[in-house]
Amino acid sequence: MEFEPVIGLEIHVELSTKSKMFCGCRVEFGGEPNTRTCPVCLAHPGALPVMNQQAIRYLARISLSLECSVPEKSIFHRKNYFYPDLPKGYQISQYDQPFAVDGQLHVMLDEKDYRVGIERVHQEEDTAKNIHGGESGRIAGSTYSLIDFNRSGTPLVEIVTRPDIHSPQVARAFLNKLKNTLQYLDVSDCNMEEGSLRCDANISMRPVGDTGLGVKTELKNMNSFKHLEKGLTQEIIRQTELLKNGEKIVQQTVHFDVTTGDISPLRSKEFAHDYRYFPEPDLVPLIATAKFVDGIRAEMPELPEARAQRYMKDLELPEYNAEVLTASRELADFFESVTEKTSASPKSVSNWAMGDLSGYLNSTGEHLATKSVFPEGSNICKLSPENFGNFVKMVDEGIIGVTSGKEVLPEMCKTGKSANKIVKAKGLTQISDQSELEAHIDEAIAGNPGQVEQYRAGKEQVIGFFVGQVMKATRGQANPKLVNELLKKKLSG
Amino acid sequence: MVLSGCRLSWNREYVNLLRLTATEALELMKRGEISSSEFTGAFLSQIDRHDDDVFAFLNVTGESAREEAAAIDASASGRPALAGLPTAIKDVLCTRGVTTTCASKMLENYNPIYTATCVQRMKDAGIVTLGKTNMDEFAMGSSTENSAYGPTRNPWDLERVPGGSSGGSAAAVAAGECVWALGSDTGGSIRQPAAFCGVVGLKPTYGSVSRYGLIAFASSFDQVGPITKNVRDAHLMLQFLVGKDPLDSTSVEYPVEIPPLEDRDLSGVRLGIVKELVGEGFDSGVMETFSKAVAMLEAAGAEIGEASLPHVEYALPAYYILAPAEASANLARFDGVRYGLRAGDTSGITEMYEETRRIGFGDEVKRRIMLGTHALSSGYYDAYYGQAQKVRTLMVQDFASALGQFDMLISPTAPTTAFRLGEKTGDPLTMYKSDICTIPVNLAGLPAISIPAGLSEGLPVGLQIIGKAFTAPTLLQTAYSAETAIGFGRVSPLIEGQD
Ligand SMILES: [Zn+2]
Repeated sequence: MEFEPVIGLEIHVELSTKSKMFCGCRVEFGGEPNTRTCPVCLAHPGALPVMNQQAIRYLARISLSLECSVPEKSIFHRKNYFYPDLPKGYQISQYDQPFAVDGQLHVMLDEKDYRVGIERVHQEEDTAKNIHGGESGRIAGSTYSLIDFNRSGTPLVEIVTRPDIHSPQVARAFLNKLKNTLQYLDVSDCNMEEGSLRCDANISMRPVGDTGLGVKTELKNMNSFKHLEKGLTQEIIRQTELLKNGEKIVQQTVHFDVTTGDISPLRSKEFAHDYRYFPEPDLVPLIATAKFVDGIRAEMPELPEARAQRYMKDLELPEYNAEVLTASRELADFFESVTEKTSASPKSVSNWAMGDLSGYLNSTGEHLATKSVFPEGSNICKLSPENFGNFVKMVDEGIIGVTSGKEVLPEMCKTGKSANKIVKAKGLTQISDQSELEAHIDEAIAGNPGQVEQYRAGKEQVIGFFVGQVMKATRGQANPKLVNELLKKKLSG
Repeated sequence: MVLSGCRLSWNREYVNLLRLTATEALELMKRGEISSSEFTGAFLSQIDRHDDDVFAFLNVTGESAREEAAAIDASASGRPALAGLPTAIKDVLCTRGVTTTCASKMLENYNPIYTATCVQRMKDAGIVTLGKTNMDEFAMGSSTENSAYGPTRNPWDLERVPGGSSGGSAAAVAAGECVWALGSDTGGSIRQPAAFCGVVGLKPTYGSVSRYGLIAFASSFDQVGPITKNVRDAHLMLQFLVGKDPLDSTSVEYPVEIPPLEDRDLSGVRLGIVKELVGEGFDSGVMETFSKAVAMLEAAGAEIGEASLPHVEYALPAYYILAPAEASANLARFDGVRYGLRAGDTSGITEMYEETRRIGFGDEVKRRIMLGTHALSSGYYDAYYGQAQKVRTLMVQDFASALGQFDMLISPTAPTTAFRLGEKTGDPLTMYKSDICTIPVNLAGLPAISIPAGLSEGLPVGLQIIGKAFTAPTLLQTAYSAETAIGFGRVSPLIEGQD
């Protein structure tokens, strides 16, 4: 029997509002522990929560971007449990009347469209951070724990998908698309390493063709796209093996060990959690009037699809370029500022941005300095939009050869210097001087009579061999277009 | 430099400072006939004389009270509205830098880092704070016997309870240990002790007074209010308590002006006696005193009729599900992690939680946490919490329909007078029934006041008047006219003895 996986994701997004969800303390990553706290987020006796209006606007933006419907009234509940990082002994969250329901997000993967339903989007607050003492840094075996309440009460939005995902690859693509959307919405920095975007996955298997749902397990805190995909892949293998051996899946939370790739069940709790949800009496219901929702709709930032359309229409980018560029807010913003600040050809800029520049960023982990929010301590690439635009122009005008360009660009990223300076210092200016090139061409023709024969006999692709010879002789600095033209003339002559 | 009392121009023999109401004292202070220092000193002396017996105060801040009074006396011009009034504050309200225990071991040495909004408003208006008053632990109780630090005694009879949970505040007013006091009312905690101690207690409409800094017992019921010697003082204090607080989402701007009280009778005022809250289960002495008072109201022009709250028998059980449910979550923060008591010698977090809460909470608090936790448990939620919410809705409807027929409703404030210490501690249910007349009002969030109706066997009986939401002006005017008609005019032996 063949099995297919059924996957649903729960994503937590920390909002990048100025202040916390229910108090005036600043939201910020890092900093001295317990410096951004007050009676409310420390849960001192008598302190009361007050809703952050900006967070609700962000929540509405997210809900609308996921095409959810927003009921007029939603309410907050208390979710009760004891843990040192939860100062009130309950988390203020939403339960059976969430802010938004029934949305969707489409994901493209290998030119296929996948629709993922969104079950609900709701508002809650983040916990504090436990720092466990002792050697392992984990709770088991620690001799003491410290708590940093700076994160306590940070606005958190939970997005729950329907179990519409059937492969780890689509799960990864979904999370990627969602992250990009959230970045376009300017509601979160979505930094997975720092925990501002966190993902849990529910996964079960069923025979192909079935429509029911099997027993599911939960993979907690998949803190990168890679881990999510790998973890799911491993869990699918584990569950499939169990099922094929006629064994039963146990509903539980499992842990994916990033270093070994092993899946192991978390220590099973003695009894299931009973969160004793009840309506939060300290807050009044959240009323989202039609006017409010319309207002949010009107102020929605431009989303990737719309931006891609604009690039195709206004900047005449090919569809492929427009889509790849807008799939990353960072890249798209940078691209836009290059086209605003320089007269470089948008198409050439997009090609270099998608190609060599993206390659450089991926390999170094650096980020482009753009409008997009990046948390403190991010590795910022030194390349300025002006320098990048001028570089592309120089290549287009033949001042720098493509091969040299590939050498110059990383240098620009590393040093922040202009292309001009680097090219001069390295002596990489392209040779477009006809007489100089002709000398090299003559040499190549004279030295390779056999290949000349072949060309003249009609094997025209041999011209590539001669171009290569000239490039070699000029250490890649010859203008390839000109070399081609001159070669054709000489060989046929 | 202040020489208190040196500007006195009248013969002190004729005035007992302890008998002055806040309104009278303000006038005398404004005229310079008494100083705040002298006034404050009189209460501190009375506390010295009697509070070992009464134990109304958990913490007397005498030194800072004298300083505050001296500062008021020194500022000759621009006196704030309540300048120099020595005030007692229930220990459920946070006061920055002043130990706030909620009468619990859990917060024995807890020093709040901020001041409750309602206290701050009073302070801004110039009050002098005398100290923090005793109460049932976390405001859970009807006799102040649940204080972790020992019971408060009733100034009318030291063998009896002052009621609760604001027993310390009511006793302090009745014993002449302050001119007025702040209390809080979740199921009757202002009105019932006011009734037992022969003073006035007002529970404002839910949402009128900020709860920021009020240590929560049951958030959807809790409301801060005045405990005073007469209606005029309650009327005065209320104006400084009400108003929207940006720190409390459930607070609102008081929707109407609160005009001055007028000297008039009760002509044209329709009062409905709640028929379910008289008769069976009520002390005959209470009923007798209540009936006499009603006759006096009628004589003063009130139209008296019979009103009904058909579902009122379910109010008590519903309250004892909803309030503990909220309490079970509100008290979860007392976990030994960040402040307050932490049990020593424990291994691991779970044991620390359990031991801290075992030592830190008294029996009644534990009982209610368990009640509430159970009522919210999965599988029981609908049967308990869900049903109780329905009862709450029914109570709102009952009151709406009764208050459609009458301007206000009346009842005794409690079914008995002050009972003996220890009389009901062994039987929680009997104790809970002490709030049978007051709890329905909290379920509906309505305003109600208790004023003295008279004495029964030497003990005060309270008359409760219940109004529509946000109608403090008419409620207080009616209470004022009723107070005049009844003409109680008695003080506890502890004040009388100091004449
Ligand atoms: Zn805070």
